[in-house]
Parts: sequence; C-alpha cells; structure tokens
Amino acid sequence: MAVKKFMYVNRKAPYGTVYALESLEVVLIGAAFDQDVSLAFIGDGVYELTKGQNTEAIGQKNFSPTYAALGDYDVTKIYVEKESLEERGLTLDDLQHLVWEDEDEDWAEKDSIRLVSRAELADVMAEQEIILSF
Amino acid sequence: MGLLHTVNKSPFESKTFDTCLGYAKDGSTVLLIEDGVYAATTGTSAADKIKNASGVTFAVLGPDLQARGLEGKLADGIKVVDYEGFVNLVAEHDSVQSWL
Amino acid sequence: MKFSIQVNEGPYQHQSADTAYQFAKAALAAGHEIFRVFFYHDGVNNATKLAVPPQDDRDIPKLWSELAKENDLDLVVCIAAAQRRGMMDVDEAKRQGFEDNNLKEGFRISGLGQLIEAGIESDRLVVFGA
Repeated sequence: MAVKKFMYVNRKAPYGTVYALESLEVVLIGAAFDQDVSLAFIGDGVYELTKGQNTEAIGQKNFSPTYAALGDYDVTKIYVEKESLEERGLTLDDLQHLVWEDEDEDWAEKDSIRLVSRAELADVMAEQEIILSF
Repeated sequence: MGLLHTVNKSPFESKTFDTCLGYAKDGSTVLLIEDGVYAATTGTSAADKIKNASGVTFAVLGPDLQARGLEGKLADGIKVVDYEGFVNLVAEHDSVQSWL
Repeated sequence: MKFSIQVNEGPYQHQSADTAYQFAKAALAAGHEIFRVFFYHDGVNNATKLAVPPQDDRDIPKLWSELAKENDLDLVVCIAAAQRRGMMDVDEAKRQGFEDNNLKEGFRISGLGQLIEAGIESDRLVVFGA
C-alpha cells in the first residue's frame, strides 16, 4: 500500500458544530492505514485543543480527552498556527500538552504540537498529497 | 504546479478568503466557487487583494457567477472556468485544499 | 486520472452537495475515473430514498443514484455519520432492530476506512462542504 502525505485541516471550534468531533473520528480510523499524517489547526480550529473543556451543562459528550490519545495512534505532527492563537489571546499553555512516545529513542516522550507561523504551515500544506477539510 | 485552493464563502461573511490568501503560495491557483465568487467582484477590497497577490492565479466558477447575476461585475485578472475547467484545474495541480 | 470526492453537506441545505455532483459529472464526461464518492457529516442525507423535492426542482438523491448507475460509481455513506443521523440500509436497519430502512439504491454504507482508502488509491481527492 502506498504511503501518502495526508493532512487533516481543522478550522472550526468544537461543540458549536459537529465538524471537530467527526474530523477526529476520521483521524483515529485513518491511523490503521499507516500513512504520513499531519493535523493542522488554523483559525477557530485552535479552540479544539484547549484545556478545561466541561460539557456537562450543554449535554454534549466532551471529546477533548481523545486528542491526548493521538500519540498512541502514531499521530505525531500536530501543527498549530501561531497567528491564530495570538489573535484569540491564547498561548501554548492554554492548549492540552499532547505527546507521543518515540520507540526509536527508548520511548522518550516528545511534544506532538508544533507551533508554526502561517508561512511555515503554508509550506507544509503545499507538500501534502491528500488534504481533508471538515 | 502547486496547490489548487478553493474558497466557497463570501469574503464579507467570513475570513476564509483572507485565510486562503495567507496560504496560497506563488505558483498556486485560487478557485472561487459557490458563495466565494463574490470575492471576484469589482469595487471590493477582495478585488484589491486579488490584484496584489501577483504570484497567484485566480479563477472563478462561471456557473456560480451566472447564478448570482454577477457576470457584469467580474474584476480584472480573473479567469472564468466552467465545471470542466474546474476538473482540469484539479488535474493540473498537485493537490487540492478546499477552504471550508 | 482517478478522482475521489468527499461530500460533507446534505442536499439542498448547502450548495456543496450540488457542486460535488456537477464536478463528478464533468470529470466523467472528460474521461476521468471516479474511484469513490464518500458522504460524511450531513452529506449522508444525500442518500435518502424518501426525498420528495418539488417537481420543478432537481432531485439530488436521484441525480446521484442515476449517475452511479450509468457510470458504475461507488457511492459510500459513512456508517458512523449515518448511524448518528438515522440513515440505514436494509442490513444495518435489521442489525439495529428497525423495521424501516431509508438508503436509496446506488448507495452503500461502510466505514471511514473507505475514505482513507480513496485518498490512497486516487490521484486526487476533492472535498465539498461548508
């Protein structure tokens, strides 16, 4: 099976619409196909990764803990656009600390989130073969 | 040949058109479809932005212009394509990013 | 060239369901192959067999069904999205204990893996949505 560069582009906030949740579901299923996967969080998409989500009062399932499991699904490249964070008054500290374990380095824990500028992310996007948007 | 970007939201309704311009590198193409065609109209800040993005090729889906009665208001420098042209653009570019 | 298409929105609600269809039709007319059309999010609603749109307007589920028949297309409705929204084929309805099913002829229900496979096997994958 060929290995292609897949990018999942997330630009929508969670809970107001279903796109964030159902995008994540594709990523989890997609992990079984061993492709070269990147996730991009741009614009309101950065809100998907924030800490402290409590959905009890709105009656929806809080799916934010699932992002923490992405490392176990071999999703190690999670790009967060710097300008989007700054526009929203957020820093990396406001986001979950997502990690993966590198089996080539004795299971050393590494950061999955790569804070990049729009220009840098544009370069990464330009290399992708299959780009899924939700 | 770089990416083909599509934008389907009005530039007055959402920031998607601006975001796309931030990601369209020289040599790429931006295709305006559905409500995105409003960005191709004269006398708008969108038309100015298109003029300034000199390294990027702009195209607009003709059927969507016609549907919205905009054919007489098309800004300069934007190629009109039909659905067959849309298909050709996808084939000619390395990959597609649909800005939703 | 081999194309795959992802449809994220339901019929009539958003133009993307129409644009996807027009794109598919044009691609086939130009001699390209369509590997798969994958319906996700509210896009699964394009597969309903119960739509009765006004006589003087297009029947979107029927258009897809006919295009599939004429061109032997693989129209896949995501099972996870379908279950949430109540789109069931005969087998799935039976499995869930329902008497009724509502999937139009020409569509089939399958997993998200079909979308990933479409990306791997096709030369281009185009997403239509809101």
